[in-house]
Amino acid sequence: MFDFQIVTTWFDSLLRDTLGLGSLWSIIIECVIVGLIILTAYALLAIALIFMERKVCAYFQCRLGPMRVGPWGIFQVFADVVKMLIKEIFAVDKADKLLYAIAPFLVLIGSVGAFSFMPWNKNAGILDFNVGVFLITAISSIGVIGIFMAGWSSNNKFGVVSAMRGAVQMISYEMSLGLCLIAAVALTGTMSVSGIIDAQSGPFGWLIFKGHIPAIIAFVVFLIAGNAEANRGPFDLAEAESELTAGYHTEYSGMGFGFFYLAEYLNMFIVAGIAATVFLGGWMPIHIGVAGFDQVMDYIPGFVWFLGKTFALVWVLLWIKWTYPRLRIDQILKLEWKYLMPLSLLNLVLMTIVVACGWYIK
Amino acid sequence: MKLNNLEFNLNDFASEMAKLKNEKHFDFLVTIVGEDFGEDGLGCIYILENTQSHERTSVKAVAKDRDNAYLPTVCNLWKAAELLEREVYDFLGIKFLGHPDMRRLYLRSDFQGYPLRKDFDMDPEKNKAPMFDDPEPDYTMQYSLDNEGKLVAKKKALFTDDDYVVNIGPQHPATHGVLRLQTILDGETIKKIYPHCGYIHRGIEKIAESYTYPQSLAFTDRMDYLSAMMNRHALVGVIEEAMGIELTDRIHYIRTIMDELQRLDSHLLFYSCCAQDLGALTAFIYGMRDREQVLNVMQETTGGRLIQNYYRIGGCQDDIDVNFVDNVKKLCAYMKPMFKEYRDIFTGNLILHNRFKGVGNLSRENAISYGCTGGTGRATGWHNDVRKNHPYDMYDKVDFKEIIYNNGDSFDRYMVRMDEMEQSVHILEQLIDNIPAGDFYVKQKPIIRVPEGQWYYSCEGSRGEIGVYLDSKGDKSPYRLKFRPMGLPLVSAMDEMLRGEKIADLIAVGASLDYVIPDIDR
Repeated sequence: MFDFQIVTTWFDSLLRDTLGLGSLWSIIIECVIVGLIILTAYALLAIALIFMERKVCAYFQCRLGPMRVGPWGIFQVFADVVKMLIKEIFAVDKADKLLYAIAPFLVLIGSVGAFSFMPWNKNAGILDFNVGVFLITAISSIGVIGIFMAGWSSNNKFGVVSAMRGAVQMISYEMSLGLCLIAAVALTGTMSVSGIIDAQSGPFGWLIFKGHIPAIIAFVVFLIAGNAEANRGPFDLAEAESELTAGYHTEYSGMGFGFFYLAEYLNMFIVAGIAATVFLGGWMPIHIGVAGFDQVMDYIPGFVWFLGKTFALVWVLLWIKWTYPRLRIDQILKLEWKYLMPLSLLNLVLMTIVVACGWYIK
Repeated sequence: MKLNNLEFNLNDFASEMAKLKNEKHFDFLVTIVGEDFGEDGLGCIYILENTQSHERTSVKAVAKDRDNAYLPTVCNLWKAAELLEREVYDFLGIKFLGHPDMRRLYLRSDFQGYPLRKDFDMDPEKNKAPMFDDPEPDYTMQYSLDNEGKLVAKKKALFTDDDYVVNIGPQHPATHGVLRLQTILDGETIKKIYPHCGYIHRGIEKIAESYTYPQSLAFTDRMDYLSAMMNRHALVGVIEEAMGIELTDRIHYIRTIMDELQRLDSHLLFYSCCAQDLGALTAFIYGMRDREQVLNVMQETTGGRLIQNYYRIGGCQDDIDVNFVDNVKKLCAYMKPMFKEYRDIFTGNLILHNRFKGVGNLSRENAISYGCTGGTGRATGWHNDVRKNHPYDMYDKVDFKEIIYNNGDSFDRYMVRMDEMEQSVHILEQLIDNIPAGDFYVKQKPIIRVPEGQWYYSCEGSRGEIGVYLDSKGDKSPYRLKFRPMGLPLVSAMDEMLRGEKIADLIAVGASLDYVIPDIDR
């Protein structure tokens, strides 16, 4: 299987041995390059996701979607990005200027932070701690503060209602999101992202097979809660355009709005990515215990597996969004606190019993 | 219907009106027409309907003193009068004693004069196009008589100091036009809604007074543009009835078919907008996709898609297209499987049920009292279909069901429309094969004069009863032309329906009420 360590060790030795740089300089250079790669990948993925959303939703709706800019409309999103970049950014009267300016960056920081945990390939995870999953939930919840600040600071009544909704909804759904991850951690016995993936290597090793019933429940609940966490329909209450025009980002223009837009799409990718990592084995190919088949699967590089799984889940999220009507705020909270949260607690107990009794695929 | 107005002494006007309502069961106030009767003074004509026998009557009340005109309010008997009397006050300056909220309804609060009075000065210097916002007062007036019979005004505040007021509209995606709902919120809960109309008020009734009858036809399509055929139908209907024009069977058939096509078009748009407002965008596109087919069928004959301009006094503008019959048949065959698709993607959805069921409840009594006709009324169990109660054209000869639901919530309002579409297709199928030969137009004199008298005629529009009141003095233009808007009662009932509900329900209820703003504002 393609191991990304080849690239990283080659580059490291290039800096240290060939160029003869010291430890400090080589680490600085490596960090800068990795940072640039993250940001570029972030922007490119956002563009890919926006294009995908437009085309997928168009086909759901018996339309063609963008067709004019470039063949099959592939340059439409680039045109939109350029438009967004050259738009004027103006401040709102009586807005809380400081919070108003910080909010988009906070949303973006939470999103980029969580994005850095994505396991692209074997040994190509950028951040990998022993408390990885825990840290992902912690970092991604910074975004709530950004949304709340944006709605509050922009001196708009719709914004305040939207900020309230966003905060209430995202904080609530973090409960079941966390509980589902804990269920997975209970099964794998580790919190680090690479550890979770390594635990899924055997035949039918993906957690969704390995942990069968409790893992499937956790997976479904995770997708629902993650959808709510990413503020996507049918949980897009914070920016319900038919109720609150655009909610918390009503008063933003140009890249201020662009950052929210980017973060929204990347959050969807992150939710799908974490679900793929934790429940579908991340970059781990499918193994069924037949040597020939497993070997063929191993020839497919890990990043293809990871992106394939993630985009498949993104597609499911799009499917949900473009089919269902929007819920109401009290119904959303009812769904979380009355159904999903108790269900994930019970599921955690079930998972613990399964693990303790060893009733999972070893 | 030619009106034979009952007249009461103003002193016991209120008690006589109460008698009409309580003893003779005239519990549906169709509309209040404010009119300048010239020498006699300013006054109102109240058109009433008995909801059991569907008998109609009208009452005339005149305030003698032009400068200080007042009439007793009837809004304690019919809640519909709350906005209707404000409209009369707005246009004629008649103050209604005891009305709790006597503000202008359509015009700016700093507008000078009352435009529907015959002595209104149209000099543009008097009412210059303002360069500043409407200095909207945050209080309202209530008028009453003191012991000496003098008019006294009492100021009432609209808001308290700690009210959180959000303006839904006039520019808002869910109000389907320029309607402003001034909403007092407590968190997400609605405490009170003040509707503000008039953002697209064009003074159609005022302009019509100086236009000839054929000229005034052009206005109707621009009121409720989703009910263009029926609006026009009501207007030509009242003129034809007043002139005693006999139409050929072919005209009756064509008009009935066109009305039903228009209803199909309107209800498809209703379905789409419901889906759009609740965030189900795929269902929205499906509805629009099929509406396109309906529009294509109408377009081949009328040349229009939104503004149809098809009926005229004495018939239709032109004969139906040669392909019309085939196209309608194809449309009927095309639509039937689509109804199932709507059920699959939207009607059966659990989230839709959660958003619609038990939301925005309206009781049958309130529906009648507010005069909420059409699907909104029929969802409460009120049999108010004009096509059944006062049949016109072919409606007494075709077989169709009046769709009645009984809960009066948003879901029932939605279901009434969904079922009505199937009934429309059913009506089309019965008529389309049997269009008789004959003239599509009965030739009229070049200058059309309507004999003296007052007439009222109504059709079942897409979202309620569209009525036209015509007062003619025998001239070539009407003395007073008044449309009964379908949407105004719906908007006035919103406060009642939504108090205590969530702000998201305002969108759901607005979607299920299906009002069209140019129809309210005229």
